[in-house]
Amino acid sequence: MQGENRPLSPHLQVYRPQLTSSLSILHRITGAALAVGTLLLVYWLAAAASGTEAFESAQGFFGSFFGQLLLFGWSIALFYHLCNGIRHLFWDAGLGFELPEVYRSGWAVVIATGVLTLLTWIIGYIVYWSA
Amino acid sequence: MSLQSHLARVRGLGSAKAGTAHWWSQRLTAIALVPLLVWFVASLIGMAGADYYTMRAWVGSPVVAGLLILLIVATFYHAYLGLQVIIEDYVHREACKIGSLLLVKAACLVLAMTGVLSVLSILFKG
Repeated sequence: MQGENRPLSPHLQVYRPQLTSSLSILHRITGAALAVGTLLLVYWLAAAASGTEAFESAQGFFGSFFGQLLLFGWSIALFYHLCNGIRHLFWDAGLGFELPEVYRSGWAVVIATGVLTLLTWIIGYIVYWSA
Repeated sequence: MSLQSHLARVRGLGSAKAGTAHWWSQRLTAIALVPLLVWFVASLIGMAGADYYTMRAWVGSPVVAGLLILLIVATFYHAYLGLQVIIEDYVHREACKIGSLLLVKAACLVLAMTGVLSVLSILFKG
């Protein structure tokens, strides 16, 4: 392969970032982040399967500042990838390709991600405090 | 002169006749993950701060265990398909590409197995 020095397309450095392109690369970034985030899910399940002590320390980790920060990031990435994934499924069905529609669905994804993330954490903390 | 037969020389050079399989699997797992994730996140919210016994009782119900296993399998299948495309897009040296693809596939398999076996062990031990 003589690969190495071949030009890259698109020429990222000459483009102004737009909503469409930013959301597109964000889909990939959140996808990769979620793949790493599956470690949290597996850790939680494996800890519960291992016994009280392992589960306590897992809960301690998830309850710590760093753990909560990780979970918060995970929830944003999840809701974004979920909403934008549904947007992709509509495109796969051949719907919503007109430019105004693409921008409308793009903003809808951004807003839905914010609302779902906030709701999740607000309700989660209400449940936690009332438990 | 080569000892290779004519058939062996041309085999694998044409279309693999599986062009849409990757795309289709990715969409199907995506569609399956929509309800599974809504259910899972809603359950997590409901269990915020739950202790060991509450959590095990939840996982230990056959319906929940079944849905969790489906969630795990769909998640790691979808994750592998996505990571595969990312690697194929950005890693161009053949040895690195195949190496990282195999590594990611192995990691997904190990994590998926760990998750599924954890759920099954909770289910059967009660």
